[in-house]
Amino acid sequence: MRNAIPTLGYSGTAIALHWAIALLIFCAFPLGITMADLPFSPSRLKLYSYHKWLGVTVFLLALVRVAWRIRHPAPPPPASMPAWQRAASVATHHLLYVLIVAVPVSGWLMSSAKGFQTVYLGVIPLPDLLSKDKEVGDALLLVHQILNFALGTLVITHATAALKHYFIDRDEVLGRMIPFLARKR
Amino acid sequence: MNRTATALALGTALLSPFVAPALAQVDAAKSSVVAVSKQMGVPVEGRFKRFSAQISFDPARPAEGRASIEIDIASFDLGAEDFNRETVKPEWFNAAKFPKASFVTSAIKPAGAGKVEAAGKLTIKGITRDVVAPVSFKAEGTQQVFEGALPIKRLQFNIGEGEWKDTSTVADDVQIRFRIVTAKK
Repeated sequence: MRNAIPTLGYSGTAIALHWAIALLIFCAFPLGITMADLPFSPSRLKLYSYHKWLGVTVFLLALVRVAWRIRHPAPPPPASMPAWQRAASVATHHLLYVLIVAVPVSGWLMSSAKGFQTVYLGVIPLPDLLSKDKEVGDALLLVHQILNFALGTLVITHATAALKHYFIDRDEVLGRMIPFLARKR
Repeated sequence: MNRTATALALGTALLSPFVAPALAQVDAAKSSVVAVSKQMGVPVEGRFKRFSAQISFDPARPAEGRASIEIDIASFDLGAEDFNRETVKPEWFNAAKFPKASFVTSAIKPAGAGKVEAAGKLTIKGITRDVVAPVSFKAEGTQQVFEGALPIKRLQFNIGEGEWKDTSTVADDVQIRFRIVTAKK
């Protein structure tokens, strides 16, 4: 029943980066949905800033994570996994990597186009990569929303698959990312 | 136009020939009055699109110079519609009750080559305060150019009442940057 191929598992760094980014996204995503519906108020402006800071942090950690991943390949999937699941897993993971970079970048660009510079933590100004243009800003808002919808869908797929591995396949896949759930060999 | 405005306009029209016979008007296309504030570290620039100024200034005799600038508060443009809808409200500029802001010089002192210090009364939202604006001047053809930046505290003028008094969101410090170019003779 157990996977015969020895797996090295993920490094502590990879695990830490995974959960740090996940946590930040779990904060930034609902914040982004809530803040847009708030009436004009100091709270609204604060939440917008926090949302942007969270996004910049995700972006920075995502860059570190991609660099780490290139040097430290992911452990192989269980031998019992069918080929289509392997393909789906590879595709999902690659898309997730793309989106954890693309979502913050789309927000940053939108902010520039809407004429509001992003100042990380209220201290470090990020360069405005686009000049102010209302139509570009509105288009980027749509892009940001679509990318987030894709990210949300993929995160749900990803988590559902992880739970399926743990509860149905009863393999070591989830335990590699949550060490205390690791199954004893 | 309401009755008060009509009366004011008529009054100004009748009085101006006696009060300001030698004053130059401004070249609106080349002139600008901009207020820059910081919102959680993010510089936010608002432009007063309509203003008028009357200036009498002889570089050879700066101390005899005088100037008055009148700004149409409702013309304030932060570059975002949702912001513009808010800034005219009572908590901010209360444009309905205080449609004009003004600066009238009381004394102009030379401050080195091409520079003066213009002391005067700044009135915003019905509150008048004595300020000293550092102004640099130069000639461009037959036009005179006056430039400077005047730092003010928004709360001294009651700009941002209620929850907006909180300076952790919108800073108290605001810089008024101006470039006034007199009309061609």
